[in-house]
Amino acid sequence: MIYFNNVTKKYPSSPASLEEINLTINKGEFVSIVGHSGAGKTTIVKLILAEEKPTDGEVFFESINVHHLNRKEITKHRRRIGTVFQDFRLLGNKTAYENIAFAMEAAGKSDDEISSDVPNVLELVDLRDKMHHFPSQMSGGEKQRLAIARAIINQPEVVIADEPTGNLDPINTYEIVQILKKINDLGTTVIITTHNKGVVESVGKRVVTLEKGKIIRDEIDGKYVI
Amino acid sequence: MNKTNIKRVIRSGFLNFSRSGIISAASVLVVTVTLSVITFLILLNATLRFTLDQIEEKVDITVYYTLSAQESEILALNDVISSLPEVDSVEYVSRETALEEFRQRHKDDYLTLQALDELGENPLSASLNIRAKETSQYEGIANFLKSDDVLASDGSQIIDKVNYFQNKLVIDRLSNIISSARNIGVLITILLSVVSVMITFTTISLTIYFSKEEIGVMRLVGAENMYIRGPFITEGAIYGVISSVITMILFIPITIWLGRTMTYFLGINMWDYYRGHFVGIFILILIIGVALGTAASLFAIRKYLKK
Repeated sequence: MIYFNNVTKKYPSSPASLEEINLTINKGEFVSIVGHSGAGKTTIVKLILAEEKPTDGEVFFESINVHHLNRKEITKHRRRIGTVFQDFRLLGNKTAYENIAFAMEAAGKSDDEISSDVPNVLELVDLRDKMHHFPSQMSGGEKQRLAIARAIINQPEVVIADEPTGNLDPINTYEIVQILKKINDLGTTVIITTHNKGVVESVGKRVVTLEKGKIIRDEIDGKYVI
Repeated sequence: MNKTNIKRVIRSGFLNFSRSGIISAASVLVVTVTLSVITFLILLNATLRFTLDQIEEKVDITVYYTLSAQESEILALNDVISSLPEVDSVEYVSRETALEEFRQRHKDDYLTLQALDELGENPLSASLNIRAKETSQYEGIANFLKSDDVLASDGSQIIDKVNYFQNKLVIDRLSNIISSARNIGVLITILLSVVSVMITFTTISLTIYFSKEEIGVMRLVGAENMYIRGPFITEGAIYGVISSVITMILFIPITIWLGRTMTYFLGINMWDYYRGHFVGIFILILIIGVALGTAASLFAIRKYLKK
């Protein structure tokens, strides 16, 4: 589904980079990308989202070369992917309901679909009672659950979570991992980047280990070993 | 963009405006200051125009005919002068009318009237008062009056004197003052407008800068550029509408005060002028306000949507 073909990414002013990455992620997989800070985990996410262009090599999403897309096509491409970030990236001046509604509006959903689907997805992440709260009125765990709800509302083919538990306590971390596993069980491909050993072990699926921009290990039933 | 999206964008713009509190208030304040400067300039220009028109009205030249000039020749010349393209209007005073006016003016001055009676004939000459369309055109008219075109049919002089040449210095100075005042007025208007427009642009750019993270998030969830831009443009337009209403209200007490206390000094009643032109000024200010707000938003958001 996602293919990295000899991808190299170099930043002129930063040591973080990727070198000759070859990686295939199949439909329905749950892949944990692990590594120290600066190993290149977030760069992989940015390349998939077409936020960055590779210095060399190609990134394919199914048969589409992600970096040959024009601005309008990138917008459509991003709608096929749900994203979750360590810093939540919610819209601060919109309520929980409106944050999710915005993603649906952006995807061109009708008002009826929005009013029926948003409460359901909030129910799924146990935030129904916080529907009209602003992100500033929510805890870290709640914000991350809201971000996940937003990521899955348009039924994306892939959910990418970049260090989703980085700012959370163990209980919230456990909850987030359980939600992501549930999403994967329902057939969505999930890619998670993390340097949290507990997360990787509780997922217990494929682990890709990065070190200094290179893949040093790729195991189907992986462990967190750095 | 379809109808649903336009509705959503406008609703979102209103929501953002109402939720942004201090930022919205600061933007409205800055746009209000800009629109107030523009309204002030409109009033200043009105005052300047009124004053200059009044001064201009006081400038004219008078042609005095010789005592021996025939009335028919004078009238023929009057027709020639009044048909000159530079001439706005002429007023002819015949010898008889001049005498009558003189008597009227000195009706209580017995000695003067007696002296006049003793002369036995009318010592006053006929005159033509000429008003040009522009102050700067008096010189051309005066030169025409000096030329051979104004000689009688037998070649004799029928013009005794033209008071332009006595008043030339004053008229020239006035003419300079009027054109300088107009240029300075235009310059001040342009300068102040540019400064206030720049301040507005900077303020609105700052408010959008605060939202740059959100713009990034919107792009990440796959929102199209127009869908991201729309609410900001709506907000910009709201700043313009609210600011223009505030500006118009602000100028009510100001012009009432100016009307009460400064009419004598300014020569124009500001409150009457403001009231008389209220709708026109409001429409102008509203258009400028909305254009400023939306243009500044569009301009500021551009760089965050480029990446």
